[in-house]
Amino acid sequence: MSTPDAMDAMNARNAMDTFELRHAAHGRTGDKGDRSNISVIAWHAALYPLLVEQVTETAVARCFADRRPVRVTRHLLPRLHAMNFVLDGVLDGGVNDALNLDSHGKALSFLLLALPLHVPEPLQAHLRIPRPRT
Amino acid sequence: MDAQPNVPPSTPSSPTSSPPLQARTTTALLIGCAAGFSGDRTDAARPVVDTMIRLGGPAVLIFETLAERTLALAQLARQRDPEAGYEPLLDDMLRPVLADCLAHRIPIVGNFGAANPLAAARRVRAIAAELGIRAPAVAVVGGDALVTPRQREALDHALRAADAAPPDAVIASANAYLGADGIARALRDGADVVVTGRVADPSLTVGPALAHFGWAEDDWDRLAGATMAGHLLECGAQVCGGYYADPGFKDVPGLARVGFPIARLEADGSCVVMKADGTGGCLDEHTVKEQLLYELHDPAAYLTPDVVADISAAEVVEIAPGAVRLSGVVGHARPERLKANVFFASGWLAEGEISYAGPGAEGRARLAAQVLRERLAGVGRLRVDLIGVASILGDDDGGWLAGHADGDARDVRLRVALHHADKSQAERVGREVTALYTCGPAGGGGVRTGLRQRLALRSCLIPRELAPVTVELLR
Repeated sequence: MSTPDAMDAMNARNAMDTFELRHAAHGRTGDKGDRSNISVIAWHAALYPLLVEQVTETAVARCFADRRPVRVTRHLLPRLHAMNFVLDGVLDGGVNDALNLDSHGKALSFLLLALPLHVPEPLQAHLRIPRPRT
Repeated sequence: MDAQPNVPPSTPSSPTSSPPLQARTTTALLIGCAAGFSGDRTDAARPVVDTMIRLGGPAVLIFETLAERTLALAQLARQRDPEAGYEPLLDDMLRPVLADCLAHRIPIVGNFGAANPLAAARRVRAIAAELGIRAPAVAVVGGDALVTPRQREALDHALRAADAAPPDAVIASANAYLGADGIARALRDGADVVVTGRVADPSLTVGPALAHFGWAEDDWDRLAGATMAGHLLECGAQVCGGYYADPGFKDVPGLARVGFPIARLEADGSCVVMKADGTGGCLDEHTVKEQLLYELHDPAAYLTPDVVADISAAEVVEIAPGAVRLSGVVGHARPERLKANVFFASGWLAEGEISYAGPGAEGRARLAAQVLRERLAGVGRLRVDLIGVASILGDDDGGWLAGHADGDARDVRLRVALHHADKSQAERVGREVTALYTCGPAGGGGVRTGLRQRLALRSCLIPRELAPVTVELLR
């Protein structure tokens, strides 16, 4: 059992290991009808297993819960170190029926890229960390 | 089984027509893309053509200008004016390059014919006359528009079979996605310019490849390779650093001058993608992977009229700075049926906006949203967004906003949208938003209102025989 102090220490360590997905991968959204697809492409081959382990169909469905996906399907492309998510029913009927501004769902990839990802210290060297702007 | 019932055997080119593309060669084919949507940049083509001339060898220039809705809107334009209905920027797109393309025997292939390919083809000939250059042989590839009573009846049947029952509304447009065969035939017949309506986007690339390499129509792996090359090209700048930049993470040099792509397609169906000389942007392993997966669903089954392409074992390798090879694409037998899109004039989308700023802005915008929901209750499907608070993640019912406390945003623009079949009912939105000036919360400003015709889309699969491709050459 953890004491409150130990809990705090663990959370702090986890926080240091946690990065937005954007540091480990990039992606783009496409649409056809009421179906959206979002690619997640590792910045480095060494990061790909982490993505497979953590960026699951469940995690993505949770990320888009407000858009109420009917189904989320993940396709793996190990040779490209990439995954493709297909989200059914997230576009409020699609570009021709939706009332929302981004009826194509073009902005959705960046919502997914905010997903928290735990990255062990040895792999952190492969992350993209922006240099501070001068 | 996969003999094409809808396409007569290709006519061999006459020896005097000196076709620009020779059949059955192993020389690579350059394919440059100068547009990725209707209204794309008209200064894109020049650097692409210059680069292909410098590189030398067989080359073709493609324009992709036909998103799903574009064709339905073009059809509505044609109903208002029989000579309209093709790409409105056709002149601006072709004028800068037509003379050089003709002089260097670089055929131009574009779906810029939209809902009126014949009028577009006549316009191409007129542009050449105005420029004082030789009259190009212009081919019109048609057959995509499903207009006869027999076609409409079969469509209705197919829609119901696809569980996409047509709404109680007038059909605005109905088109099949044709494949590459008509384009290939036009090029073999010596066309300088090929004008199409709806063809599958990658077919703009597969058509020239078929005509150039003389591949068999069931050479699935090569067709699939060309299809994915076409997929990389068809969105124009998107493979060259367009729609890619994310400062700090994905820095793209010279984005304001982002270039358009050229693929060197090999006889084995693999390709190397490059960018036009002297343009901005960037092209590397990551820009190519991002475009490769764009609008794909199952990567093992990318369906087109020409082939089912499979990229699950594909490789993307940067072979030199700014040059990326795509290889390992395989193909499977093409789908038996063609996809058809049917658009219906389904009513009106009314929108209105008003801004609030300073202390309490979010609270005043939220109050304005309540007022609108109360005033427009029962009129039709309604949505309210607060731009600056939530305009992407929210839902139509306002659940997201209700579930999140006022965050004291100080620059908020309310946006309301409503759909109604009846124009006069939809118009109430604009009046209610405007009335917020005097009847709503304090300090609202910058009202804008808009009303647009809506088009509902239904898709289905139809027998190939229902949409036979036609090729007509204007000389």
